[in-house]
Amino acid sequence: MALLEVKNLEVKFGLRSGAVTALRDISFTVDRGQRLGIVGESGAGKSVAAFSILNLLSRPGYISSGEINFDGKNLLKMSPDQLRNVRGNRISMIFQDPMMTLNPVLTVGAQMVECLQAHTRVSKEDARKIALEKLKLVQIPSPEKRLDQYPHELSGGMKQRIIIAIALLLNPDIIIADEPTTALDVTIQAEIMDLLLELCTSQNLGLILITHDLGVVSQVTQQMIVMYAGKIIEQGPTKEIINDAQHPYTQGLINALPQQGVPGERLYQIPGAMPPLQRIPKGCAFHPRCTYAQERCEKEQPDFTISGGCRVACHMVEDMIKQANVPASEEK
Amino acid sequence: MLAFLIRRIAQAAVVMFVISLISFSIQDNLGDPLRELVGQAVSEQERNALREEMGLNDPFLTQYWRFAKKAVQGDLGDSYFFKEPALQVILKKLPATLELVFGATLIIVLLSVPLGVFSAIRPRHWLSKLVMGVSIIGISIPVFLTAILLMYVFAIELGLMPSFGRGELVHVFGYWDSGFFTWDGIKHLILPSIALSSIMLPLFIRLIRSEMMEVLESEYVRYAWAKGLNPKRIYFLHALKNTMLPVITVGGVQIGTMVAYTILTETVFQWPGMGFLFLEAVNRVDTPLIVAYLIVVGAIFVITNTIVDLIYGLVNPTVKLAGKQ
Amino acid sequence: MQSNVKASPSRWAQFKDSHFWHSFKKDKIAIVSFTIFALILSASLLAPVLAPFDPYDLTQVDIMDAEIPPNWQENGDERFVFGTDSQGRDMWSTILYGTRISLMIGVCAVLLQAFLGIVIGLIAGYFGGKVDNFLMRLADIQLSFSTLMVAIIVLAVFQAAFGAELYQELALFMLIMVIGIAEWPQYARTVRATVLAERKKEYVDAARVIGLRSNRIMFRHILPNTLSPVLVISTVQIANAIISEASLSFLGLGMPPSKPSLGSLISSGFEFIFSGSWWITIIPGIVLICLVLVVNLLGDWMRDVLNPKLYKG
Repeated sequence: MALLEVKNLEVKFGLRSGAVTALRDISFTVDRGQRLGIVGESGAGKSVAAFSILNLLSRPGYISSGEINFDGKNLLKMSPDQLRNVRGNRISMIFQDPMMTLNPVLTVGAQMVECLQAHTRVSKEDARKIALEKLKLVQIPSPEKRLDQYPHELSGGMKQRIIIAIALLLNPDIIIADEPTTALDVTIQAEIMDLLLELCTSQNLGLILITHDLGVVSQVTQQMIVMYAGKIIEQGPTKEIINDAQHPYTQGLINALPQQGVPGERLYQIPGAMPPLQRIPKGCAFHPRCTYAQERCEKEQPDFTISGGCRVACHMVEDMIKQANVPASEEK
Repeated sequence: MLAFLIRRIAQAAVVMFVISLISFSIQDNLGDPLRELVGQAVSEQERNALREEMGLNDPFLTQYWRFAKKAVQGDLGDSYFFKEPALQVILKKLPATLELVFGATLIIVLLSVPLGVFSAIRPRHWLSKLVMGVSIIGISIPVFLTAILLMYVFAIELGLMPSFGRGELVHVFGYWDSGFFTWDGIKHLILPSIALSSIMLPLFIRLIRSEMMEVLESEYVRYAWAKGLNPKRIYFLHALKNTMLPVITVGGVQIGTMVAYTILTETVFQWPGMGFLFLEAVNRVDTPLIVAYLIVVGAIFVITNTIVDLIYGLVNPTVKLAGKQ
Repeated sequence: MQSNVKASPSRWAQFKDSHFWHSFKKDKIAIVSFTIFALILSASLLAPVLAPFDPYDLTQVDIMDAEIPPNWQENGDERFVFGTDSQGRDMWSTILYGTRISLMIGVCAVLLQAFLGIVIGLIAGYFGGKVDNFLMRLADIQLSFSTLMVAIIVLAVFQAAFGAELYQELALFMLIMVIGIAEWPQYARTVRATVLAERKKEYVDAARVIGLRSNRIMFRHILPNTLSPVLVISTVQIANAIISEASLSFLGLGMPPSKPSLGSLISSGFEFIFSGSWWITIIPGIVLICLVLVVNLLGDWMRDVLNPKLYKG
């Protein structure tokens, strides 16, 4: 059994006009040393998925059904204290915007020490030593100085390094990184991503990487999930999906990459925009934007079809595979 | 730190200069000092001679300079009514007002933080709803009316509390006679303190609640949860410290209002403080006393604002005391 | 709300379908507050019709009727539902007229504040730069002085300068001016913040591109967007203005006893509270509390519904 197993997760948002489903039927597993990427446009529900793992959804979001098993125990059935002991200790998180993540009125040292002291019995001096060690690990310039500095005295890249250092403080099993480089300068993005990848491999960590950047996913992860309008539409080994995407939406995403474009020509764009949660169309949520849409796509929600090592939720893919299999079975 | 001090002193100088200008023009325009001094039965010629002698015919600036020079030495003229130096009359009443303000501040600080924080953390709890309900009633009753109602219920109808004055005092030193050291003195202090805090307290509860609720939604608080910290530490360190920043700023702005409220409270309870004295001075057109009050209030204003700034600087690391934000 | 009620049927239909109206219908506190406010407002507007006596007409007042308790008490008099004050005036009539004065001062002062604040806020937000800096500095300074404190000092000085008799005639005007001028920064800051936010949006650029003059852009395009924060501030400000007026009148710096507002009524009754004539103070006090409370409740409700971005100091 995998270390972390998310099973049929469903998340709703209780709005004034009634509950809206933000995530449905999300399942995946992550083990130590495994790196999973979750991609999709903004609003697809990637961050909601990331935060629901540690039950950190902010109001009005709540988990309405499903299981999140970690080390054999369902996180959703744990007492607040038990859950607290997992958070930051065995599963740690890296947030999107380092400018907003660190508390502006506390020193970096205080914010590192408190995390250690929340989970282990260490003296303040020892905690500071561990903190310093981790700061060195994330290759921050002059680490000794940083402990007594306040967040506003540091650059965005340095803050994100500190947040990575905090994530590593208690040698966790899994790190959940929610778009860890989006808020940073383009020049620093690659540096931080390389650092994260290097640390994950050297420490044998599990990683769940939330991003909208397919390039990053293909470099960093082994497994990936493509999400659209709160649902998984394609899931499987990263290489397979990047090289031979089945779902029209994934194909569109890959075609929209700058690397795929012909120089001098306009980049490909998927027509239309993702619907808001309150107005997800019937049938396949992607059908209004899909060039292959048929009548059936407007009515029925597609189930997952197994295609190679992947599973894809698309009527067209389902039909193609059926057609490919039928003659073969008839011959036998 | 030095730059901060210099800036503060410069600011104080400007405030005091403006107040002195206002004070001087009041003194210059209100009432005729001659009449106060010699009465009506003096001939026109004698009056003019005296006028000349007192320098009342000098140009404005010369007169102001004379006034300012004296004022700096603490000489604001004698009160017409008390026939004593005006500043001395005011300073004698200062301890009474300060004790009242202290009592009210104590109530505000001790109650607003826990109640505000609680109703932010547990907004649906019955106690939070009660607190918010009482708060909105609290901010809807003018201070003087709260004072009258308290007095009517607890002093007149129930007879539990004294209705006016300061009760039994103990001499501490200088002008300071304190009511803190006798039960009677404290009993006299209770109703006026509650009345004085009656609008500020709900105001601060509501402010702390709304700021705290906003902070609790912030990314850094969510991150603190993600780190698996103890809820107490998240609420009372991570969230509260950030909540207090705007609260301290508002606190600084409210000091002036608090002084205004002391006038109202002291009037209702006939509390022998500066505010009560000021209102009497206004009714008697006792100009030196009015001027002295303005200057003392201005000084209090400058001092308390400096203290508030210092506290703000201590809590907020992004503000260096040396410069602007 | 009033303007919507009076507007054309299509507007009315639009209003009935709005979020504003729907949440109003659901909120019991809002409905009760609005009803009480409407009652107080109409009672004060209709004071000359409703009041059995004219408290300003000295011929109707008999000193022999002084300090009669409310008619449900012993020694009450049928003519005077809420009793009489120390001069023998009917409390009920005096309260009606007093509420009228209190409301008038509150509303006029807030109109003045809003006018000054909106104009200054629009100018600061629209022109930016040095103009903005100067005006906002001014707002900061103005705000750092407590309104009530400034009002007490200004009014005290004027009273001393004019003498009590002349001052009494000018009191109404002076109160509106002092309370009105002191609080403009509240509006100016919020309006400025809204303007800054709106100015970034495309339609203002578009309006400028098609060659609309700047004041036209301000008044036709930006001003409507400041409406909801202004509405929310106004309710709170009316409540505060009424409280300020009452406080000043209580100190003897506001409306004179011959033409009392609720505050001066309470003040004039205060000295009789020890002799047992509680009604002269307490009844107008309760009316004052009700009035301010319902305005505050409406303000709270409106803030929740409209949820505008208010400027925080």
